[in-house]
Amino acid sequence: MDWSRIPLALQLLAIDPEGLKGLWLRARAGAVRDRVTAALTALPLPVVRLHPGLADDALYGGLDLSATLATGRPVTSRGLLSQPAALVLTMAERVPPGLSARLAHALDARGHCLIALDEAAEEGEGLPLALTDRLGLFLDLDGIAWSDTAEIPMDHKALAEARALLPTVTLPPDAARALTRAAAELGIASLRAPLLAMAAARALAAWAGRMSVDDSDLRQAAELIYGHRALPVSEAAPQDQPEPPPPDPGEETPQDSADQSQSIPEEMLVEAARAALPADLLARLTAGRAARAAKGASGTGAARSGNRRGRPLPSRPGRLGSGARIDLVATLRAAAPWQPLRRRSAQSDAVLLVRASDIRVKRFRETSDRVLIFAVDASGSSAFARLAEAKGAVELLLAAAYARRDHVALVAFRGTGAELILPPTRSLVQTKRRLAGLPGGGGTPLAAGMQLAMATATQARARGLTPTIALLTDGRGNIALDGSANRAQADDDAQRLARAIRATGVPAVVIDTANRPQPSLAEMARRMDAPYLALPRADARRLSGVLSAALGD
Amino acid sequence: MQAETAPKIHALPKRTPSRQPFPFSAIVGQEAMKQAMVLTAIDPGIGGVLVFGDRGTGKSTAVRALAALLPEIDAVEGCPVNSARPDQCPDWAQVTATQIIRKPTPVVDLPLGVTEDRVVGALDIERALTRGEKAFEPGLLARANRGYLYIDEVNLLEDHIVDLLLDVAQSGENVVEREGLSIRHAARFVLVGSGNPEEGELRPQLLDRFGLSVEVTSPRDVDTRVQVILRRDAYETGYDAFMPEWQAADGALRDRILAARVALPQLTTPNTLLHDCASLCIALGSDGLRGELTLLRAARAQAAFEAVQTVTRAHLKAVAVMALSHRLRRDPLDEAGSGVRVARMVDEVLP
Repeated sequence: MDWSRIPLALQLLAIDPEGLKGLWLRARAGAVRDRVTAALTALPLPVVRLHPGLADDALYGGLDLSATLATGRPVTSRGLLSQPAALVLTMAERVPPGLSARLAHALDARGHCLIALDEAAEEGEGLPLALTDRLGLFLDLDGIAWSDTAEIPMDHKALAEARALLPTVTLPPDAARALTRAAAELGIASLRAPLLAMAAARALAAWAGRMSVDDSDLRQAAELIYGHRALPVSEAAPQDQPEPPPPDPGEETPQDSADQSQSIPEEMLVEAARAALPADLLARLTAGRAARAAKGASGTGAARSGNRRGRPLPSRPGRLGSGARIDLVATLRAAAPWQPLRRRSAQSDAVLLVRASDIRVKRFRETSDRVLIFAVDASGSSAFARLAEAKGAVELLLAAAYARRDHVALVAFRGTGAELILPPTRSLVQTKRRLAGLPGGGGTPLAAGMQLAMATATQARARGLTPTIALLTDGRGNIALDGSANRAQADDDAQRLARAIRATGVPAVVIDTANRPQPSLAEMARRMDAPYLALPRADARRLSGVLSAALGD
Repeated sequence: MQAETAPKIHALPKRTPSRQPFPFSAIVGQEAMKQAMVLTAIDPGIGGVLVFGDRGTGKSTAVRALAALLPEIDAVEGCPVNSARPDQCPDWAQVTATQIIRKPTPVVDLPLGVTEDRVVGALDIERALTRGEKAFEPGLLARANRGYLYIDEVNLLEDHIVDLLLDVAQSGENVVEREGLSIRHAARFVLVGSGNPEEGELRPQLLDRFGLSVEVTSPRDVDTRVQVILRRDAYETGYDAFMPEWQAADGALRDRILAARVALPQLTTPNTLLHDCASLCIALGSDGLRGELTLLRAARAQAAFEAVQTVTRAHLKAVAVMALSHRLRRDPLDEAGSGVRVARMVDEVLP
């Protein structure tokens, strides 16, 4: 992103923080980011810093325990959201869904604005969708060197004037239509985007000291608001096909109209938004968005240690925040030795004097087991040459799984259908026996195998396990889901299932066991959002190594 | 006691609203969602609404608008569970007032990441520590009694909270047995859930508890979209001029809902209609009888809303998709969605 765009975005935010709702700032911590955040002091709101681990009582206020115990009557503290503020959320990529829902709610009520400092390092990380949809502005400082930057001019007086002008700024009558159309054409489904763009256009006009929004404001607003929301051309295109070509609003107004603001060709706005960001960034953001949508919500997580349920851990001193449960006995035990002293110093004859430092909270550790679901292609095309290797790899992984006490399930597909050879189990012996007895031959009902693997994964998840699917196939699916030998239909079914698996959010890995890597299989893995490994002439040990790496062991 | 504990039970708190929420009548399109919400307002026994759809389609707006639309309820002053009569107040609450006041129908937000204590209530630590009293601090379920419980992003809710809700939604009573407390109180509420299906599915058990389910999508045609934007913009920037007009419309709708509530018990339901319900559910193969019951209740509420005396097949058809689409066995390959399947079957079975 070009540095020249950044000061403008910040100035607009300072003019109308409420209307623009905030800023999604993607950058690593550093001097460049500091330069940007320093400009936030020009916002007409008090700056409040938040972090992802924030508890409810900090957000909304709650009982101040130390003060309460000291004074002997309930003392409540004020929450961070109790008055309008510019909320600066650090490490925004790690914000849990609960907090993002609360922040989203706070943004929906007017008054707040949120600056999310997103330090996402990896693909798929990033701000929750609930927030990206609501925040108007997006800035990416990646690749901007310190030497490219300059002090951001925040002229407080000029900003205040613009702010005063803002309520009187009017939009030309067809501006809403043009912005909405442009958003639709860019494949932006959310209707928050045009509203934010209108707010941005108003702020731009106010900043220029004009009473009404003109063309250039709209263009710049589209650039700022739509740039990062737009889908790549290929994905956005089908949406506007069923519509008749939009009538050019320019034709409706008198010819040679000098008043340009009467006719705003939305193509111009679309172009502006497209030009705002390089194409690869669009693609990257979209990919990241999809990955998050798929993986973000896998219900039961992997191992997690919490303070609500699970296997108890020793209690420890702590604050009674939200979610913490008091360990009464431990608290009393901690308080007991001090009672005579406290009674004397407080000159009280109360039975029990408890101080905040006595509080012990319960802790629990909760882990959910992983289950590896192997979907093994045992068809004729795959058999003989590769099946033995696939079996070997599975056996190696089994040994590793046994050491970690993972569960294993085995799905085989051959002939006209798939079969759950082994439901999720921890029994190594049984798995090995079933695996060894796995026959090969027949057609390749790839889709049926994937369907069964998906069903097994969903069931496992419902039981609190964390499933992972490993699909081992040569990709030459030729039996459709209904059992008919129809290659086209079979392909179609497999691709649809790939999408379905992705939608369930179960992590998966696709291992191509064909002698020559199959492009179609790589494509399918992409649809599944799964790593694809082509292993021509690989032995079992290497297969296993690659597989464990892909699964993140 | 209320004054002291009230600030502690904060879901997403309602700040003293300087503004009313966006009016219900001003929501453009999304007819199915609005219809479903009106039907549950007429007959809370239908059992809640699930709204699934894209971001920025007005799901939360509609729920918050509903809160402003709903008629007020009579409740004992200071009762934590909004009891209608003084003898219904739970004894642990030690409500001394007997005065009946009118208050807005509670619409309680259940945020994600909420703790069990907050949902069901727990020992009031504050009173236990400062005054040495064993007292119960009511949770969100208590506040939602006789009202609505709204769960945004319901599909991301943690499983143990879902289990809790299922249990209470079924029994209509919240039982707390913990930390030396043994407390029970009424907890009858209408569940309203919203979510984005891309982020995860809902467990079938919870799905089944929702009476009606609607899918919302962003409007496809530009004119509707433009209208949405213009109305919202008018609300944001010209609040004072915008509200009176729509508040009148909301008032008219509220009166219709109240009239429908009165008319509901007097409706005649022909036997053929029951037959229609059953044959439709059989044809669709929906599990259990909850489908039929909800379908019938929703059709009756629809008839009452239309201010007619007899429930007809047309009413049944008007509510069939929202009452049944979430009760079918899921077909992971059916991308058209189960709503389409229901609509198709309705046309086949009930010509």
